[in-house]
Amino acid sequence: MSKPLSRVLATPQGVVLITVLVFALVLSIINPAFFSVATLIDLLRNSLVTGIFALGVMMVLASGGIDVSCTAIGAFAMYATMKIVLGVDIDLPIFAFFALSALIGAMLGLFNGLLIGILGLPTLIVTLGTLSLYRGVLLTFLGTTYITAVPREIIAFSRKVLVRMENAAGQMVSLPYSFLVLVGVAAVVAILINFTLFGRKIYAIGGSEEAAERIGIRIKRVKVMIYVLAGAIAGLAGMTHVTLSRMANPFDLVGMELNVIAAVVLGGARITGGYGTVTGTLLGVFVITMINTTLLMAGVPSYWQKVVIGGLIIVGTGLPIVIERLSRHRERISRSLSA
Amino acid sequence: MTLEAEDKPAVLEMRTIRKAYGPVRVLADVSLSLAEGEVRCLAGENGSGKSTLIKILSGVVGADAGTVTIAGRPQGNDAKAAISAGLSVIYQDFSLFPNLTVWENIGFLAAVTAGDTLHRRSARRALATETLKRMRVEIDPDTPVERLPVASKQLVAIARALANNARIIVMDEPTTALTRSEVARLLEIVGALRDEGVAFLFVSHKIEEVFAICDTITVLRDGRVVVEGPIQEFDAASLVEAMTGRSIDSRRLPRIQAEPTAPFLSARKLGRRGEYTDVDIDLRPGEIVSVVGLLGSGRTELALTLFGTLTADEGRIEIGGLPVVFASESDAIDHGIAYVPEDRLTEGLFLNQTIRDNIVVSSLEKNLRAGFIDARALAQRARDAVKALRIKTPDVSPSVATLSGGNQQRVVLARWMERDPKLMILNGPTVGVDVGSKREIHELLVALSRSGKAVMVVTDDISEAIALSDTILVMVRGKITGRFDANDVDEDQLYNEVIKEGRA
Ligand SMILES: Nc1ncnc2c1ncn2[C@@H]1O[C@H](COP(=O)(O)OP(=O)(O)OP(=O)(O)O)[C@@H](O)[C@H]1O
Ligand SMILES: [Mg+2]
Repeated sequence: MSKPLSRVLATPQGVVLITVLVFALVLSIINPAFFSVATLIDLLRNSLVTGIFALGVMMVLASGGIDVSCTAIGAFAMYATMKIVLGVDIDLPIFAFFALSALIGAMLGLFNGLLIGILGLPTLIVTLGTLSLYRGVLLTFLGTTYITAVPREIIAFSRKVLVRMENAAGQMVSLPYSFLVLVGVAAVVAILINFTLFGRKIYAIGGSEEAAERIGIRIKRVKVMIYVLAGAIAGLAGMTHVTLSRMANPFDLVGMELNVIAAVVLGGARITGGYGTVTGTLLGVFVITMINTTLLMAGVPSYWQKVVIGGLIIVGTGLPIVIERLSRHRERISRSLSA
Repeated sequence: MTLEAEDKPAVLEMRTIRKAYGPVRVLADVSLSLAEGEVRCLAGENGSGKSTLIKILSGVVGADAGTVTIAGRPQGNDAKAAISAGLSVIYQDFSLFPNLTVWENIGFLAAVTAGDTLHRRSARRALATETLKRMRVEIDPDTPVERLPVASKQLVAIARALANNARIIVMDEPTTALTRSEVARLLEIVGALRDEGVAFLFVSHKIEEVFAICDTITVLRDGRVVVEGPIQEFDAASLVEAMTGRSIDSRRLPRIQAEPTAPFLSARKLGRRGEYTDVDIDLRPGEIVSVVGLLGSGRTELALTLFGTLTADEGRIEIGGLPVVFASESDAIDHGIAYVPEDRLTEGLFLNQTIRDNIVVSSLEKNLRAGFIDARALAQRARDAVKALRIKTPDVSPSVATLSGGNQQRVVLARWMERDPKLMILNGPTVGVDVGSKREIHELLVALSRSGKAVMVVTDDISEAIALSDTILVMVRGKITGRFDANDVDEDQLYNEVIKEGRA
């Protein structure tokens, strides 16, 4: 194996990147029409919601936690937002829809954060619990009906596109304005985790909670903040979903959480905490969407998607470990004993 | 010096500190003060309460009663307030972030103290490189800490405390993994900072270090201050006696000479590329062989090969005269070999499990009854081991995490002794163990070997090698460069052998 290649494959992101490229190559050989800007746009559009969720979950994973409740928060926030907006019946700018949904998400995240940060309960248990709780409350108290009569601001927003073109099959594909939500969230998260001390504290806590406490980091506060942020981001994801589908279905979103976590892990975050990047996460999301969409397009039975994604998770996280071991072995062999 | 120190204002005052964990009283009315520019040694046996006192002082753990005042400001259970008041602590377990780089680890404390909102990369990185340079250690600031060997981690922990411009620096056994020259440099830095008025609280089980640097001593025994005073009032023997309540002999352990027997295990021309080469070693029942060498000399890799963790790529190993190949550790274990690792925290212990489980985990089959584990017999065996090794704990049911550092080390020893191995390989068996217990562990190992077991000790502690061994092998850069009868070699001679062409 050549040096640069093995270096790329030594990180999960690298494996994912190579997979993306190989996949694209194979598909475009099978079907030359695949390799086009239109396909790319379609993929981007399909990764929007997963991508936004994933960015929030990535921060949680980096801090050593896990959040499986994000999709329930997203569903709750978007449905509640729609109910409220339709209930008050005043004209609000689209921005307010997103803000409201993010706010509701943040509040649900706060509840997670209080249980985890202040009471110190295990994150998986808490978020498994609230996943069910939020969804249950949503369906029991807020309603189970589809809202198809969405406000016209949403319709208007969803019609606005950044680019639109015809794909090989003659269908229109477009990249809607809500792509900017993903871009915005990605930028904010990237700035937060790389350029603020708060962001670095997330990684510190993920590395060693005890050590973080000992150097004076208020870990409870940081943890609460992380879950609030993840909740707000989930709220944005929920609203984005509404603008894409032009309706609010309370049964949507929940069920995606494992895909989201898979994407984040493929992007280099570790379940044990302390790692995770924005670019890695976006790449992870992209590859998962790509596998799901293209296999579908190619007419492969949908169960195969699971097989491929499962295999990719194992290879993507296993290969770097194997390569690391190999390179250490090689380094030792080449070391000389005489001074 | 001391008189001077007394005139200066106290930067740290701890008064009548009390602390108990459940029914276990750990500290009883401990008072301690530190003046500007004073270096105070906090001495005491394993489990006497040193680390607990430090955790209370730094606000990580709350005291049950008593007060802590730093720079005139009363402190509560708040690590951040203590740090802002000018305190830096080097914890016994380092407390670093394995996932972050060396520079970020070093700079993080300063950033939190300064209350930064932004992550000031270049400033923090510069601070870290400058601190490492001041300590004259060469560690790449961009490596993640998890990739570093233990000694470098300890240096990073020290650098972090030094980088924070603290007025009080607490060092809880900062030199356990360091070589002599690294220790010497650390002491130099401590001396320089003391002249600038920084106060130190220094915990070490290495008596020479205490006398080399400290001005005053506080001795804890069973959570009480037993004596306190300027260093001039102590000598090595009286300090040890104050700590342990008895006098400890530091000479070579008396023993009956082992009968020359056929080796249990012998290796010929053993080598592993890049790590060691051409090693001949014979491990006989009834004999203790020490391999002494610096970090990176290949001593640990040799031990790990004999335990089946690593494979040799040249030479051969024989057990009882027959060639063997270890495909894995369990092969070596099946042959009756036990290995006590160097880094007990990550390799040796299940910190959150009970003491009992940690002791009996690798010898469960001893208490099988009709295929089922006899829990009561297990617990009894664990209790006996706790007694035999004098592990300081009320019972075998608390988790190992609640034990003091030195007592954790004994749990690791107990586990492997329970297996009744034919060959016991110990890597740094007394790192972090107090003088009294060190002697006890040595006595134990001598008794073990006289009862017919082969013992191999890997260490960089020269006096330990001499006190303990029958035969000493010196390892330098992957080669055995000297073989000595421990009876007729002295410390200086051995030290010179060990550092020969080492550390270019
Ligand atoms: N969290 C805890 N729960 C219960 N007991 C504890 C806890 N922490 C410490 N102890 C007990 O307090 C006593 C003092 O421990 P400490 O760590 O302060 O000792 P030490 O003097 O630092 O010893 P060493 O030299 O071995 O590091 C020990 O007997 C230990 O078992
Ligand atoms: Mg201690």
